Amino acid sequence: MKTTQQLEKQLKRHSKAAKLEIWGKVVSFSALLLIVAVVVGIIGFVASKGIATFTSNHVNLWDFLTEKKWNPGITDANGKPEVGALPMIVGSFLITILSAIVATPFAIGTAVFMNEISPNKGAKILQPVTELLVGIPSVVYGFIGLSVVVPATRAIFGGSGFGVLSGTCVLFVMILPTVTSMSVDALRSVPRYYREASLALGATQWQTIYKVVLRAATPGLMTAVVFGMARAFGEALAVQMVIGNAALMPGSLVDPAATLTSVLTTGIGNTVMGSLQNNALWSLALVLLLMSLVFNLIIRLIGRKGRLQ
Amino acid sequence: MFVSNDVSTTGTMQERHIVQPRDAQHPIVLSTEELHVFYGKKEAIYEGDLQFARNQITALIGPSGSGKSTYLRSLNRMNDRIATVTGRIMYRGVDINQPDIDVYEMRRRVGMVFQRPNPFAKSIYDNIAFALRLRGTTDKHELDEIVETSLKQAALWNQVKDDLNKSALALSGGQAQRLCIARAIAVKPDILLLDEPASALDPVSTSQLEDTLLELKKQYTIIIVTHNMQQAGRISEYTAFFNQGRVLEYDTTSHIFTNPQVQITSDYVSGNFG
Repeated sequence: MKTTQQLEKQLKRHSKAAKLEIWGKVVSFSALLLIVAVVVGIIGFVASKGIATFTSNHVNLWDFLTEKKWNPGITDANGKPEVGALPMIVGSFLITILSAIVATPFAIGTAVFMNEISPNKGAKILQPVTELLVGIPSVVYGFIGLSVVVPATRAIFGGSGFGVLSGTCVLFVMILPTVTSMSVDALRSVPRYYREASLALGATQWQTIYKVVLRAATPGLMTAVVFGMARAFGEALAVQMVIGNAALMPGSLVDPAATLTSVLTTGIGNTVMGSLQNNALWSLALVLLLMSLVFNLIIRLIGRKGRLQ
Repeated sequence: MFVSNDVSTTGTMQERHIVQPRDAQHPIVLSTEELHVFYGKKEAIYEGDLQFARNQITALIGPSGSGKSTYLRSLNRMNDRIATVTGRIMYRGVDINQPDIDVYEMRRRVGMVFQRPNPFAKSIYDNIAFALRLRGTTDKHELDEIVETSLKQAALWNQVKDDLNKSALALSGGQAQRLCIARAIAVKPDILLLDEPASALDPVSTSQLEDTLLELKKQYTIIIVTHNMQQAGRISEYTAFFNQGRVLEYDTTSHIFTNPQVQITSDYVSGNFG
């Protein structure tokens, strides 16, 4: 009897290891809580501010999304404030989609070279180059865009040189390394035995790449492109430096335009908190945030579909 | 006493014992001459000259790392980008280890099935039609016919004939491996190389696979790497024993298993190795 009680006592004693275990759980759980609180806080703050345009300033949501005149300080003939965000929404989507269209073939081509055709050179030369491109600050891209791309556009197509085309060129270079390195990951995750099976059946390397490897990597490659688009959509500084910042519907690729981000960076310091001008900018930020969520959702959906295949 | 005892055990055994197949009914279709394989500077195969008889099954056995898979993969030049292979690989009188050989055309004649079943993430039909379509076969009737005969030869037709458009990834391990065999024979190769095709399969699937191979032997020359000595004993006519990059013994399977001439072979086939 006595030995049983002793054993029970020993087993139920809180050892140092058991205390450390609890302590570790508490630390990691609080880190998680902090992150969740920050994310919820940001979304809540942007949403409350962004909704104020429609609740306290009584702007019609439909007008906000479809009107083409952006001039929050001025009211039109009917006494309504001019807060049509359509030009910025269109501008953002336009340069995002255009830069993704231009960047995708280059990125996938580079990834195929790095992973399939010449893995040695890819690892030695292209990998560091890609990583370097990711690390360049966006203001540097913007500055190069300002001093090289804008004058070139001006010389070739006329106009001021500031506009959608220049923005697309700068963004194309900026998202290229992101899409490339993620495409490399996608190709790398295609099992080696797929390639062996194809080669053993007498397929050439090129047939193996486009009939087997690229097919199997399609979900990963789509994720890479959407990631690139998310980055392009959210990029502010470099775009703002070359796009011209005119809140107008762009009539052509060389017309100056504005994006959600460029209007935010240029405008947010010049407005008073709580005013309509300020609230309207918060509404743009809310649109931006929602779009980021949509991009994330798309990435998740592609990932899930890829796993189910 | 001690010394004489030692001599008597090793004295009857040889260091190497190679008997190439000589059978008028089954002439040699593939052989290697002075074959050496290097991974970088490291030599992986340095004594491995074998001849393979037509419509027979030749088993390559040996411990892990003995070079048997490396040797097999060299035969249809799957090692081209990984290793340096020197020497001659004579296929029906042509040295297929020359640089100007079209390896893609050659691999159509010398097909390969791998250790791990590796169907593509396509339908069963498309898996088998893959290599045919690459070669420009688009005629639906022709494809249908080849898919059916290949699956029948691989003893898989009855199980999948209603599911040809389903994903090949849904097949069980044994079925997937037989799909891989059907895929390999769809291009009507001359020689079939199998790299431990049953090592990922359960005993029932393994036994079915062996039956399939015995059936396929009538049309194809089969060279199979196997870890499983009973398997080599059950299905092969000839067996080569590899150890540390060398073929130590090559003879008919019955000789290798009942009367090995090399001590290491004897130890290995009786399970006393290492």
